[in-house]
Parts: sequence; structure tokens; C-alpha cells
Amino acid sequence: MRVSFKQWAQKGDPWVWLNAGAVAISLVMVIGLLGLIASKGLVHFWPHPVLEADYIADENSRTVIIGEVVETEEVPAEQLRTAGVDVAEGVESLRRDLFKIGNRDVSGFDFRWILERDLENKRYPETVMTMERYEWGNFYGYLKAVKEDGKEVAVNDLAWAELQQRLERAHSIREKIEEIEQGQIGGINRGIERLRLKEKALQLKNKATPQRLLAIQTERAEYDAEYEGLQGELTALYGEINRDSLIASTMDGTVIEMPLAKVVKAFRPNQMNLYEKIVFYVKQVGSFITEDPREANTEGGIFPAIFGTVLMVLLMSILVTPLGVVAAVYLREYARQGPITRILRIAVNNLAGVPSIVYGIFGLGFFIYFIGSGVDQALFPEALPSPTFGTPGLLWASITLALLTLPVVIVATEEGLSRIPRSIREGSLALGATKAETLWRVVIPMASPAMMTGVILAIARAAGEVAPLMLVGVVKLAPSLPLDGSYPYLHLDQKFMHLGFHIYDVGFQSPNVEAARPLVYATSLLLVVVIALLNLSAVSIRNRLREKYKALEM
Amino acid sequence: MTEAAQTKTHAIDISSLGRVSEALNLENEKISLEIKDLKLSYGEKEALHGINLRIPQKRVTSFIGPSGCGKSTLLRCFNRMNDLVDGCNINGQVLLDDQNIYDRKVDVAELRRRVGMVFQKPNPFPKSIYENVAYGLRIQGINKKRVLDETVEWALRSAALWDEVKDRLDESALGMSGGQQQRLVIARTVAVKPEVLLLDEPASALDPLSTLKIEELIHELKNDYTIVIVTHNMQQAARVSDYTAFMYMGDMVEFGSTNELFTNPSKKQTEDYITGRYG
Repeated sequence: MRVSFKQWAQKGDPWVWLNAGAVAISLVMVIGLLGLIASKGLVHFWPHPVLEADYIADENSRTVIIGEVVETEEVPAEQLRTAGVDVAEGVESLRRDLFKIGNRDVSGFDFRWILERDLENKRYPETVMTMERYEWGNFYGYLKAVKEDGKEVAVNDLAWAELQQRLERAHSIREKIEEIEQGQIGGINRGIERLRLKEKALQLKNKATPQRLLAIQTERAEYDAEYEGLQGELTALYGEINRDSLIASTMDGTVIEMPLAKVVKAFRPNQMNLYEKIVFYVKQVGSFITEDPREANTEGGIFPAIFGTVLMVLLMSILVTPLGVVAAVYLREYARQGPITRILRIAVNNLAGVPSIVYGIFGLGFFIYFIGSGVDQALFPEALPSPTFGTPGLLWASITLALLTLPVVIVATEEGLSRIPRSIREGSLALGATKAETLWRVVIPMASPAMMTGVILAIARAAGEVAPLMLVGVVKLAPSLPLDGSYPYLHLDQKFMHLGFHIYDVGFQSPNVEAARPLVYATSLLLVVVIALLNLSAVSIRNRLREKYKALEM
Repeated sequence: MTEAAQTKTHAIDISSLGRVSEALNLENEKISLEIKDLKLSYGEKEALHGINLRIPQKRVTSFIGPSGCGKSTLLRCFNRMNDLVDGCNINGQVLLDDQNIYDRKVDVAELRRRVGMVFQKPNPFPKSIYENVAYGLRIQGINKKRVLDETVEWALRSAALWDEVKDRLDESALGMSGGQQQRLVIARTVAVKPEVLLLDEPASALDPLSTLKIEELIHELKNDYTIVIVTHNMQQAARVSDYTAFMYMGDMVEFGSTNELFTNPSKKQTEDYITGRYG
């Protein structure tokens, strides 16, 4: 049976198709976005095979090239000709590969474009070694020998097993060194700083009696002695870690010697089977999530950034929730509804539209320079002129973002309050409850799911915010976490790292943008995951509250 | 006056529940609430035009009348629920124990504790059954477990609900049936030991069986409380109340013992209404 277009349109089918189409497009975009980030980011941790090939630059020169093929693309012949490459007539385009050749200390650059027609004799030798280093990026080449105190202990085939063993030893020593440097010496430094501030505070208050100063002196001497001892220990450990070294040759035959202290790990990707590769991959991802960054953030992990993001968002939620709820309760329950409340609502809604960088400027100007320096003068005069709270830090970043997300919480809470049935309020009032008691005992608990909705939206907005944070507390590299085991445990005055800023920094500010690109994707993916997790936990809290305070169905 | 001295007569409608009403005389009753020339207006519109009424103690008084006649509005004046309505203006006096409840010295929360109210739709709080009943006590700062336990049990027994819920006091009140919820709300109101109970169409949202239970409950409760009930169901008014007031368009048309009003109304309007000629 034929249906005319008019009939079809009348039945409302075009609308259904239009709506379904819009949903489908949104879905495809979200999946595409996540897919792109995930594929580009996650591949980075896979042990890539290392290609070795003969490179013929021209008739006379024939060299060996070793590296990972990162990317392949077609280049128009025209473009190559203008660049001075000799391309035969009739050829439209040529393939070229981007080689990650590493060895930045030897050759000066990490990446190289090479035309595929110049490569001959491609092979994947089993013994070729990839080495992740603490400096200078990756190394590709062949292991020749392992040395102890300058004497060779193993060569060629035997060297590999020996290397792995000695690397483990080097790592355990490195852990000890880090424990001493960051843990113990860090503690001593904090102690000495505390003593200095104490001494200065005594002087400021004119209470610096010789007795007290003497006590401080003795304490300081104790710290110094302890430090001397640790310093000795450190020297010994450094001697030990520098005992071993390895000899390796690069693709052009240069032989280098490298202390094992500088090697993160060495592996032979061409030799690995699938199972080994998977294990390696999981380990790599694990260390990306749990370790500190290295090499100007272009290598190593991003743990401090994850930690900073989560902590900042949690602090922001703790700050914004009471403030937003109190404001909404006043607006909805107490304020006389009229032109003034209308203006207030418009103002609140418009606050949500203010560009976030403006909040950053406000946070810097008002919170940090005005309130922060005031706090310093009142509470931390002994530390001046170096500021304690009068400088960007975790507290100010959280407060600034709380301000930024305040409208969302206010609007959502008001919405929730207006949905509580009048009969419930009257029921409470009729029992002799005052308005405040009614609010506190019945209305606010019932509106709590709506408040959580506000908090969820606030988290989603705050966790992805970068621009204002650059002004009020986020840094490229923070020396320590804002939450640790030393008093007062939560360091609100400290600067911190943030995934969003980390992405920007690694992607656009790092000295080696090409090498860092996969990390940008991986970090982006992680940021999305962190925000999703934060949101999911808030959603589950909300659902529990909803179940508990299910409104009357009648 | 002693109740034994009253002669018992049958009324037309009242026998429907098998109960027998006594001949009552307003002159002989103790008065709980006295309303003097009460006028109420919402903005420009006057909803009550000077009501005068004396509500007897420990009796059931019902307000009947067509929709919009002001009977619920009048009821809500007795515990100052109308204070919550924007633009509501009240003139006149409502005396509770010779004290005008609209006096500026009166503590509204305290007044509402003395004059409890049950609404048309059951409105339990989204809390457990126990906490619903204990709510009024907790508001008063009573938190002793023993006192709460005793009062909750007593209140639920008064509302004839104890046997149905004693095993699930910790469950949410929202899981109960409508009739149970309404009796829970009555228990919640009774728990704060008010002097007057205001019932605003308490059974209008309930099925016949639940309605019957509520009516029986009202019968039980009148021994201890002054009850004022608003209803647009004349049968119900006839069944449960001792006195009935007929209201029309914001005026108190007639007030007298239920028996009298239903069998021998003195006003034409009342007769028309109860015989179903309008309303």
C-alpha cells in the first residue's frame, strides 16, 4: 500500500527519524572521540617492533637505520621535487615512514622521515635492544658487553642475562636513594625550615631569650649531624649504583658506554611473543598511572597529575556544596519572591556564562593577592617575605573553581527544593516544627538528590577546567604531593599538578613535541576516565539518596 | 451535664454504622474553640465573611458545604496554617482556652502542637514508620529511646495501626497503603498529644474500607480530643459527628447538633443542600 508523503508526515514519522538521527550522530561523535583518543594513546605502551634496514641516501652512501616506524604517509611527488628530492617523471606520490630512531645523545634528534624507496633489506633482528633511559629518551642498538668497575664481566650473548640481573640491582639501589633523598632528607629539611621559622617568630615577638635560641641551636645541630650521616650513606649508594655499566653500539656503529644507573629498562621487542608483550604492556600502563613524570614531563608517569586533579575536585565539591545549598535555600525558602530575587537569579545564571579565565583572574587578584597576603601577614609573619598563602596553591584553586561551579549547584538545588510537595512541609509544620526545623529535617534531605545532581554537574565542569587553574595554583611540575604523611598532612598552600594542564604542557610546551604526542592522547584518555569515575561515584551516591528519599507518588 | 441523663434517639442516617447518637445540646457543652467574627481574605477577595462559632470540647464537629464554601479555609485558621499563604489577611478572633491564637504573643509552633492537623492526602515523611511517629517528639527535643518507644507504641495503638506495623517499624512509611498512611499521619499527630485534632477531608483519597477504619478511629479518639472534621460527604458527617456546621459561600449558614441539622434544618439553604437540591 502506498502512503503519500503528506500522510507519512502527518503520522509524525519525520520527527521520529530526525530525533533518532540526532541521537545517532551524537553517539557516533562521542564514540569516535573516545576511540581516537584511546587508539592513539593506548598504542604508545605496546612494545613496538624495531626495524633495521639499509638506507641508500644516494649511489655512494649506504648506511644502516634502526628504529620504530611510528607513522606512514603518502607525499605528493611535487612537494618532494620542490624540496630538492630527485623523483622520476610520472610518479604521482611516494610513501615515507616516520622513524623513531632515538639515541638523541648521539644523533641529536629523535625522529626522521625516510622515503620507503630508499630502504632496502628490511629486517627485524631478534637481538636488537630498546632501552628506556632516565635521560635522552630511548636508545636503539645492540648490546655488546656489561662492565663492572670498568672490567668486562660478560660479552655478546651472555651479556643480556647479566644486564637484566644487574639492572634489578641498580633499581633497588635507586629506590633506597630516593627513599633517603625524598623521605629522610626531606624530613630534615622540613625540620630545619620549621626551626628557622620558629626562631624568626620568636624574634618578631621579642621572646628570643638566649635559652630558647640555644634550644633551637641544639636541635639544629642534631639535624645537621643526622644529615651528615645520611649524606655519607648516599655517597656510598651512589658509588654502588655507578659500579656497573654497559657497552652498546648504535645503528651507525658508534660504541657508547652507559652506567646502568641511567637505564630504566632494556628489552628486545622483536624477540617477545604475544604473552610477553601483553605482560609488558600492562606493566607499562601501570607505571604510567603510578609513577612520577621524568624528562620535562615527556616520559614516565602522571601520578601526581591524577592525584592533584582528584584532590582538587574533591576539595572543590566540599567547598561548593554547602555554599550553593545555603544560597539556594535562602533564595527559595526565605527571600521574599520579587524583583530582587529575580535579579539575583539572573545574576547567578549569568555567572555560569562568565569565561573561566575571568574566574582565574579574579582568584588571582582577590583570593591570592588580597586575602592570601592578608592571611600571611596575620598568621605567617615569620615566613615573610616568602609567601605561604599569598601565592597560587591548592586552596585557592579549589575556591576559585567552587565559585565557578556555584551557579550550577544553586540552580539544581533550587529546582529540587521547588519540587518538594507543599503537603510534606505542611505536615511538618502542623506537628509544631518551625520553618528551620522543617527545612533541616524534611525538606533538605528530600532535596539532596537534586543537590547531588548539581554537584555532579559541578564536578564535570571543574575537572575539565584548565585556564583558571594556570593562574591560581597548577604548575608544570610539583616537587611533592599536596597530601602526605608529614604534618599538617593536607598542604593547602602547595602548588599541584593537574591532568588538563599536563596535557597542554606536554603537548605544546615540551622540548620534544613529536615524542610526547602519544602521551598527550594517553593523558587525555586518563583525564576522561578520571572525570567519568568521579561522576560515576557521585551518581551512585545520588541514586542511593534518591532511593531513600523517594518522593510521594501521589 | 451527665451523658447518662441524655435520652437516646435514632437519627435518619446515623444508623448506617449501627451507632446511636445522643441528643446533644450546645448550651451544655464545654467550649474548646470559640471563633468570633472571623474574616479572611486572599488579596482583594474575601473568603470568610465574619464567622461566629463555638466548637465543643471532646466532641466531633463537622463542617459541610459545597466545594469552595470556605470550610477548609476555616479549619486552617484554627492552627494558623493560612499564615503560610501569601496575601492572606485575617481579622477577628479564634479563642483557644480564652486565649486568642492570633495574638502577637502566641508561639505558632506551640499552638500547632496543641492543635494538630491531618490533611486530605496522606503525607508521611520519607522516613521509617517509627521516625514518622517520633518526628513531633524529636522536634520538641525528646530523644530518650525509652520515652520515644513508649510514645510511638501508644500513638500507633491509638491510631489502630500498631498490630499491622509493629514488626516493620523500621521500614519506610512510603511502602504502606494509602489508608495505613493516613492512620500513620493521625498517629503522628496524636503522638504530640494535642488538645484539638483538625481533619481536613481525611478519607477523601481512600477506598471505602480504609474510610470505615478512619471513621471508627474518629469515634475512638473523640473521648480524648476535640475533633473538627471537614468533609464533603454528608453521609460521613452524619455518621461520625456530634455537631455539624453548614457553610455556604464563606458564611456559616447553620450550626447545631448533627441530629437536629440533618432531621430538622432551620434554614432553607441547609435543607436544599442536604436533600441534594444543589451542591
